[in-house]
Amino acid sequence: MDPRKKFIETLNSYKKGSISRREFLGKTGLGLATAVMAMNMPGLMGLRQANAASKLGNRVSLATWPNYHDPENLKKFTEKTGVHIQHNVFGSNEEMLAKVQAGGSPFDVMVITNYTISTYVKLGLLEPLDLSKLPNFIEANHEQVFIGEAKIGGKIYAVPKNWGTTGYVVNTKKIKDKMTTWKQFWDLTITKYSGRTIVHDYQLTAIGNALKYFGYSFNSIDPKELAEAEKLMIKAKPHLFAISSDYQPAMRNGDAWMSICWTGDGSQLHRDMPEIQYVLGKEGGELWTDFFAIPKSAEHLEAAYALTNFLLDPAVNAAEVKKHGYPATDKLTNKLLPKEMLDDPIMYPAKELLDPLEFGAAATLTSPLRAEVMARFKAA
Amino acid sequence: MAKKSSSYVTTLLLAPMAIWMTALLILPILVVLVYSFGELAEMGGYKPAFTLAQYANLPARLTAFKNTLVLAPAGTLAAFLIAYPLAYYLARTVEPRRRMILLTLVIVPFWTSFLIRTYAWMFILGGRGIPALLEFIGIEGVRLLNTPTAVLIGIVYGYLPLMVFPIFVSLEKVDESLLEASNDLGASPVRTFLQVTLPLSLPGVATACMIVFILLMGEFLIPALLGGGKVFFIGNALVDLFLQSRNWPFGSAVAITLVVVMLVIVSLYMRMIFKPGKTQDVSMI
Repeated sequence: MDPRKKFIETLNSYKKGSISRREFLGKTGLGLATAVMAMNMPGLMGLRQANAASKLGNRVSLATWPNYHDPENLKKFTEKTGVHIQHNVFGSNEEMLAKVQAGGSPFDVMVITNYTISTYVKLGLLEPLDLSKLPNFIEANHEQVFIGEAKIGGKIYAVPKNWGTTGYVVNTKKIKDKMTTWKQFWDLTITKYSGRTIVHDYQLTAIGNALKYFGYSFNSIDPKELAEAEKLMIKAKPHLFAISSDYQPAMRNGDAWMSICWTGDGSQLHRDMPEIQYVLGKEGGELWTDFFAIPKSAEHLEAAYALTNFLLDPAVNAAEVKKHGYPATDKLTNKLLPKEMLDDPIMYPAKELLDPLEFGAAATLTSPLRAEVMARFKAA
Repeated sequence: MAKKSSSYVTTLLLAPMAIWMTALLILPILVVLVYSFGELAEMGGYKPAFTLAQYANLPARLTAFKNTLVLAPAGTLAAFLIAYPLAYYLARTVEPRRRMILLTLVIVPFWTSFLIRTYAWMFILGGRGIPALLEFIGIEGVRLLNTPTAVLIGIVYGYLPLMVFPIFVSLEKVDESLLEASNDLGASPVRTFLQVTLPLSLPGVATACMIVFILLMGEFLIPALLGGGKVFFIGNALVDLFLQSRNWPFGSAVAITLVVVMLVIVSLYMRMIFKPGKTQDVSMI
């Protein structure tokens, strides 16, 4: 076997298994290192030499989430255009914003979540997109509910990539209770399954789902409601296995039996281990859309548009969905997906479960109160 | 004339270091100091102001300071207790022929990224690692990963080479004839060790402990990976303040406080260890 191919395969299997998890890569910048390696040693990665003469330039940097792209697609883009992709993987929207806010021009294309867009725009970090350069984005093919937050003053600042929910995964071989609510999630964490639960290291979902225990809004910034949520979180803390957004390895090896979880991680875990099931709390929780955005500071503007447009191509997008298990917002993409995927209850939960979900609110991103609740929870 | 040109050479030689330190250490610290008196901007970041509010808020990170101030010295001590016998063996016991090989083995871990090695410990300490082995021999229900013990193990593992080398160097320098003299004068091996070898190796011990302690005060990776977010160091508080809350002024105040705490501890420590009188005692032996 071609040693080069073998190396890539090993690398990819590491990525799939445990090494390239959200927190690890995000915190360590190892994803960046891999990208730099890929860029500077194209021979090693089996890529065509960059075509410096192309008007797109020879590189583009992408800020995104782990396990959120089909590596084959990214490779195809480079083969087609000669543009190498520097693939940066993040742990939270806050962290991505922090990097851009600190200045410089760290990224050309960013995958950001709905509730952050208005803050990016207010900070002057995003400009309206030139839609003529994104022919694969056809507004009519996306439901308005998924585009809403990217449209400010009639202008579109970002185009939707995927949508999803935030629920929790349960290992049903270990947990026999029929899990349906956030109340159960926290109550059983504190009692029966002490030491087996993971809570995200992410203010939005950790605090939001503690608020759901009391039936408050996922987005509350009310001091009294937050104080109750904080009390619950601190009470649960000694019973947690970890506070981490890197939950796949612990769920896979059986250390943890329950974890707050995003749709795609739920799909991936369930695909490999059918006993792991994805639950949406009856009380509600988060519904979200991720968008492609091109920051004002982007250094490789043409390449950024080219990459975004490429990833929005229905065929490419469908391959992405098959890989990562997050539903697409684009109707044309959905037409290309197999029926069993469109019927999958993890990706497309029942209407009565979707109805109570809320989109994250911009206020949670900038609320010093929520930041401090999270900090006190982690320091407790 | 000669003197003048030599001072010229000295200036020239020191210039790169001076420029480096000013541009990359002193200026950034000044920026952090200025930020620490500012206010949090509405969308996160820094807003110019002059307020002590950030410092008044420091008790909010008390636990992080406490955790760090307990686990950093504990880690230093544990690493020392393991490193000293190893350094002694390398410097005084092992055949010189094999010494080079063993010393190289101490360095080998540095060839792999510290991150990867720490990540590997997640699997060694996780449910399918050491706890599974213990279960095999009948000890059940042991939890290691995401506990302070796991963090301590990670610290000892990660910092051991840094501890071994300075101690090794100071032990290797000990003059053999002093030990022989002690022996000839009737001291037992234990007494020789306690009264000759150990005092003579103290400068190395002091340096090693200080390096490890200072680095540990800023550690964030080991608690993040092996503590599962449940063992919170001041380094983790800083990462969160800058990368999650984007609260630069408070983050700056915490950073400045950490620097001050460290300066106080290190200068007390230096005064205690490097007492002029004590050094003379040692050199008189």
